[in-house]
Amino acid sequence: MMVSFWLGLCLACLTISIILAIFRGALGPSPFDRVLAVNTVGTLVVLSICVYGFFDGRPEFLDIAVLYALINFIGTIVVLKFFRHGTLGDHVASSKEDE
Amino acid sequence: MLDSLSFGLETAQLILGIGSIALGSLTVILGAIGLLRLGDVYQRMHGAGIVDTGGAGLILFGLLLLSPDWSVSVRIILIGALLIMTSPTATHAIARAARFAGVEPELSTTPKKGEE
Repeated sequence: MMVSFWLGLCLACLTISIILAIFRGALGPSPFDRVLAVNTVGTLVVLSICVYGFFDGRPEFLDIAVLYALINFIGTIVVLKFFRHGTLGDHVASSKEDE
Repeated sequence: MLDSLSFGLETAQLILGIGSIALGSLTVILGAIGLLRLGDVYQRMHGAGIVDTGGAGLILFGLLLLSPDWSVSVRIILIGALLIMTSPTATHAIARAARFAGVEPELSTTPKKGEE
């Protein structure tokens, strides 16, 4: 079937893109490069889950994709907040510049 | 008459969906090459932004055209809305954190004094 061929090609492109983004995350000189690469890998994995659900004929995979998109965003924000403040929440107990 | 019209619409939907998925795959791979090859954190964010908006939008639009059921369409629209809302926020947060952490953007080779 023609649709299956194009979905397989799309999966191959997404896999190559994930590998390139993982290279950037391994090479990235600053931590922000790594966070950016992890965020991009998360977006690509969400797309891969959606396309694989259509490729396999079981679109119930989309629920997992919704969950992974939420976790990806929250993980990125949490890591950036950890870089900025050095702690996760709880600024009162650990903010050393206020004292 | 109605049968031929319905067949034409379904064929157009199929072709448009496949074309959108193919174009989205190309956009994703170009964005990933940009993410790997560009020279600065802020330039690499451009490649990541291409992947997040262009690639994800085109691939999800193609899947939306290929979706067999309305509940599948609702989930695809939900994923698209979620990605549209969250990925520029994440990119903005990364740029802001990098700027506050002192990562200087790579300007052109002959920077003008007085700008900055």
